[in-house]
Amino acid sequence: MRNRPPLLLLTSLVLLFLALPIVLIAAVSFSSAAYLTFPPPAFGLRWYRAYLGSADWLASTWLSIGVAAATVALATSLGTLAALALGRLPRAARTAAAALILSPLIVPGIVVAIGIYYAFSRWGLIGSPVGLVLAHTCLAVPFVVTSVGASLANFDRRLEQAARSLGATPWGAFRQVTLPLIRPGVLVGALFAFITSFDELIVALFLSGSGAVTLPRRMWDDLRFAIDPTIAAVATLTIAFTALLLGGAHLLRQRALR
Amino acid sequence: MDGGLSPIAATRLGRGASVSLVDLEKRFEGVGAVRGISLEIASGEFLTLLGPSGSGKTTTLMMIAGFETPSGGDIAIDRASVVGVPPHRRNIGMVFQNYALFPHLTVAENIAFPLKQRGVDRGTRAVRVKEALALVRLPGYEARYPRQLSGGQQQRVALARAIVFQPRLLLMDEPLGALDKQLRESLQLEMRRLHADLGITFVYVTHDQEEALTMSDRIAVVNEGRIAQLGAPEALYDRPCDRFVASFLGESNFLTGTVRGMETGVVVAECAGAVLRGVAPQALAAGAAVTLSTRPERMRFADALPAAPGNRLRATVTEAVFAGERCRYLLRAEDGTMLVVKEPSSATTRRRAVGEVAELAWPVADTVVV
Ligand SMILES: Nc1ncnc2c1ncn2[C@@H]1O[C@H](COP(=O)(O)OP(=O)(O)O)[C@@H](O)[C@H]1O
Ligand SMILES: [Mg+2]
Repeated sequence: MRNRPPLLLLTSLVLLFLALPIVLIAAVSFSSAAYLTFPPPAFGLRWYRAYLGSADWLASTWLSIGVAAATVALATSLGTLAALALGRLPRAARTAAAALILSPLIVPGIVVAIGIYYAFSRWGLIGSPVGLVLAHTCLAVPFVVTSVGASLANFDRRLEQAARSLGATPWGAFRQVTLPLIRPGVLVGALFAFITSFDELIVALFLSGSGAVTLPRRMWDDLRFAIDPTIAAVATLTIAFTALLLGGAHLLRQRALR
Repeated sequence: MDGGLSPIAATRLGRGASVSLVDLEKRFEGVGAVRGISLEIASGEFLTLLGPSGSGKTTTLMMIAGFETPSGGDIAIDRASVVGVPPHRRNIGMVFQNYALFPHLTVAENIAFPLKQRGVDRGTRAVRVKEALALVRLPGYEARYPRQLSGGQQQRVALARAIVFQPRLLLMDEPLGALDKQLRESLQLEMRRLHADLGITFVYVTHDQEEALTMSDRIAVVNEGRIAQLGAPEALYDRPCDRFVASFLGESNFLTGTVRGMETGVVVAECAGAVLRGVAPQALAAGAAVTLSTRPERMRFADALPAAPGNRLRATVTEAVFAGERCRYLLRAEDGTMLVVKEPSSATTRRRAVGEVAELAWPVADTVVV
């Protein structure tokens, strides 16, 4: 108890440090000024209107949402299957396979991006949403495998055997017993897959070309060429959206623990 | 419940499946878990695999159910080999060690699960679930979730789920292992009743000898992946074939000595300074080493018997414990062999004092070579 006040102070400082940039950007996004200044002279929705009025920004937004959705579908199914398969491998093979699947988490993003760029440029996948989806899936699968793997660790394999002994086919047992019981892990994995793709910049820098400019990529370009507060509005919306998703993930986890 | 009233119980007309295991083997990474089990289980029989932990009982059951592939040998159900048939097509009921109820489904949904897999329509499912719950004496529990049930109730639901689709064979792996003694005993009786009602074949796994003796038509005592002895409970208890069976199934006194000779089916041996006789399945050569085994409750103090034919042995009382229904004595024979004697208690039997030298007497028929 004696430690409480210093701990509280320290925690507040850390939280402030983490939240400050977000607060600043949010404040700037509601600015009425024509350029980025802080503190804003007055507040207004001018830059939100600018965002909604820009065909380029909206196109990038829809592209990012589309790419993220496709990544979720692909990464969640592949990652769930991979997690199930890992659980069935003998120990040595499991360690090796897990290391391979999780490697995108460890290898620096820029290295992965360069590798993907060389491979995809040969297959004509630069500037195509398909290329982005495939690359983002590589990055998102580790998150799905980890969260589904955690759910599977608490899953009693005998339930699956019970289902089989009661007449369920392998697929039937998976659909009726395994999947409902690991669903929280699958959904959390799917959310992380979405955020991974939606937020992703480095790979997008290499793969977007001019035909598939994602939202993070457009923000990046915008920052480099023309700094105006629209980017603050976009950033604030992105943060709000991501926070909502994470809140959803948290609720799911709570429900799984109950 | 009257077995004749329930359609589930009516499957008795179809009787149970027969099971034959032929030289069944299972190795895990070269190590034998099941090492040549051969067993013919008759239709409608209640057969128990009894053995210590790690003896290969679960592995044997898993091979019958189809979850483990035999490394050698064959399994036939109703004379047809099932090796290679996936578990969901074997139509075998199974009760798992921890019940394995589906936690996300209600009791009714759990029990309806096998019916759903078989395409039974919703209305029929509800009726059958109700019947099954009545059969395991748990009516009205349809809407509960497994976590809302006690261990004994979960066990009944698991049982209902395993029989609701009318399998002709039911496998059970230590289904009462997690329950307390009193509940275990009442469920043992219910299991017997259910077996009689359904008329299907039960293969039951346990490491509890009392459970095995109470419920089974026959017991296969399993040790280190092999069947040590197979027979009806009385036969196993009275005529254990070796030391392992004699001590795993109940308690036994062992007296070692040398063979003097044979008298029709009976060996005469010198053990612990006395001449003792015991039932011998085959002739033994004079001079050979022999171990005789006798149950503690079959031995008596000679002076308490009107006439005591058979084996007699002097021993000193080293411990006397009154345990309600009986007195339990520990005695030392002249050669140092320790013997246990259980004497039914009554107000008229004289309690023996520690240090007292007594003569024990017991029938030759209750003495076997192991
Ligand atoms: N999947 C497995 N992998 C390796 N060894 C196993 C496996 N299953 C069982 N065993 C081994 O086989 C032996 C028999 O096990 P089991 O059939 O479970 O015995 P029981 O049910 O009689 O206690 C044990 O030594 C156990 O360690
Ligand atoms: Mg076992």
